[in-house]
Amino acid sequence: MNISNSIVEQAADATARSTPVSVARRVRGLSDSAIAWVFIAPAITLLLAINIFPLIWAIYLSFTNYRANRPNAAVEGVGLRNYERVLTDPDIWQAMQTTAHFVFWTIILQTVIGFTLAYLIDRKFRGHAFWTTIILIPMMLSPAVVGNFWRFLYEPQIGLFAYAVSWLSGIPTSDIRMLGDVSLAPWAIIIVDTWMWTPYVMLICLAGLRSIPDYIYEAAEVDRASAWRQFWSITVPMALPFIMLAVLFRGIENFKMFDMVTLLTGGGPGSVTEVASITLKRAAFESWATGRASAFAIILFVAVFGLANIYVKALNKVKQR
Amino acid sequence: MSSANAAHSVVEPSLASKRVAGAIVILYALITLVPLVWIFLTSIKSPPDSISYPPKIVFAPSLEGYCNLLTTRTRQTPEYIASLPAPTGTCDEVTRKRNMVIAGPSNFLPRFVNSLVIAFGSTFLAVFLGTLAAYGFSRFRVPLADDLLFFILSTRMMPPIAVAIPIYLMYRELGLSDTALGMILLYTAVNVSLAVWLLKGFIDEIPREYEEAAMIDGYTRLQAFRKVVLPQATTGIAATAIFCLIFAWNEYAFAALLTSGSAQTAPPFIPTIIGEGGQDWPAVAAGTTIFLIPILVFTILLRKQLLRGITFGAVRK
Repeated sequence: MNISNSIVEQAADATARSTPVSVARRVRGLSDSAIAWVFIAPAITLLLAINIFPLIWAIYLSFTNYRANRPNAAVEGVGLRNYERVLTDPDIWQAMQTTAHFVFWTIILQTVIGFTLAYLIDRKFRGHAFWTTIILIPMMLSPAVVGNFWRFLYEPQIGLFAYAVSWLSGIPTSDIRMLGDVSLAPWAIIIVDTWMWTPYVMLICLAGLRSIPDYIYEAAEVDRASAWRQFWSITVPMALPFIMLAVLFRGIENFKMFDMVTLLTGGGPGSVTEVASITLKRAAFESWATGRASAFAIILFVAVFGLANIYVKALNKVKQR
Repeated sequence: MSSANAAHSVVEPSLASKRVAGAIVILYALITLVPLVWIFLTSIKSPPDSISYPPKIVFAPSLEGYCNLLTTRTRQTPEYIASLPAPTGTCDEVTRKRNMVIAGPSNFLPRFVNSLVIAFGSTFLAVFLGTLAAYGFSRFRVPLADDLLFFILSTRMMPPIAVAIPIYLMYRELGLSDTALGMILLYTAVNVSLAVWLLKGFIDEIPREYEEAAMIDGYTRLQAFRKVVLPQATTGIAATAIFCLIFAWNEYAFAALLTSGSAQTAPPFIPTIIGEGGQDWPAVAAGTTIFLIPILVFTILLRKQLLRGITFGAVRK
């Protein structure tokens, strides 16, 4: 089996396989459980110090009126007021909606294009390995550095993008203000994200397509199933768990989207591209409303965590079919 | 999906379908490359050429962007240059000979060095801790192993900005704000989750009989780990290291929020390169090019392991 049913189950499998080694008990040196502890503890300690401790601190802060720019002011507990303010703040709901919009469109575009590319590459034309490597380059780059450079490409007066679109469509470049136009700016970000991350979806889809054994197609051929029929009743369902895994990983990542948006539009024009992470950053590092920002952070984390868990359950169901 | 690709042999698509597929994929790859090629071309343009309209595809190459990026000299006017003593560095010499305008002292080199130190430092630590933990999880019965592994993974679901607030406060207390050490520890913590998951997969694949044989021959558990398992896991460790390196190299959010001066890395720095009247695009492009080159090399080296690395080892090829 090429894909784990879920990440969690993979872990369970491995543990089930690891039977205690009786030999170890008879040799000199530390006992096995002591060694296991020595091996695992440093990594866990570091995670506790730099991940869990801050998380607990954030939970604590979310119930206070602490402001990080006034470290000496008295800290008061405010109960659930921060949560109440976050959940009733129309700006935050707007940011969540913007985020959902980005996640939706980037996933649709990346899945459709990524799967199509994977399907074509799976034809194994001459030189496919080389071209696959070329396509994979964008996703290895830094989103911030790439976003900054795309800002240059998008410039209406001097940028290559506006020039190319204008050349193809005849629309004057002054009308192609990708980052300054309220209706175009969200798409400017969706285009860059798709350029960058389609290869990611493609790679996972390709693994899915390559995991389908040939004999299934051979059997279908014997039954004289049409190519169309084979595609819809073999290729797509067999590759579906992989596609879903790609969507899960992209979904989590794009929910946290920050660097590329910061560099491309900074949330503007106005606030049309202000995603959750940017609102959070503003609350925390510009308004210095640390308590409220922490409450928002906790809500975000719970949302991602909850959605991801529901999704993994769905993924497991698809896998078991 | 063209249904015309009705393959006559199931396993082998027809030549025509291969050609069509090839043509589409190559077209996509070429379009993908355009922005990257444009970054490189801009880096060797002179500032006026870089912002001319229509965009110039044919131009006289100039090293001005790289000079502006790497110079440590302050901004120079022609009169000032005439009054200066003889040039001291190659960069200065080129600049002088070609009458280039130098935008001012650039911090790119120290930022680039910060990127190197932080990326390599955190990678080394993450791989070291990750290898130990992965071996622990792979070979021993660890209480609550599933929960621990899932916990390790879930630390990645948090938006960086969310953890940045308390880390910012914590670092302020500990004096770790804007220090390379602070960033190394932070990136190590982020990367260790990936390292444990990936390496556990690699170590699971090494038959445990090897160690058992070694231990029967009188090795202790630690010796068996060092002399039998580690050499077998070299490829996996190398691949994991490159993934950690790429993450730490590319990271922006933490770097932008937690560093401002001495420990700033290249990703938050490059967008701030300003020249005369706005962003100095050739210099930005030069910085971007230099910054991207290691990643291009790693991508090519890693292409076989790529899938595993980007999916936490959840999908294997």
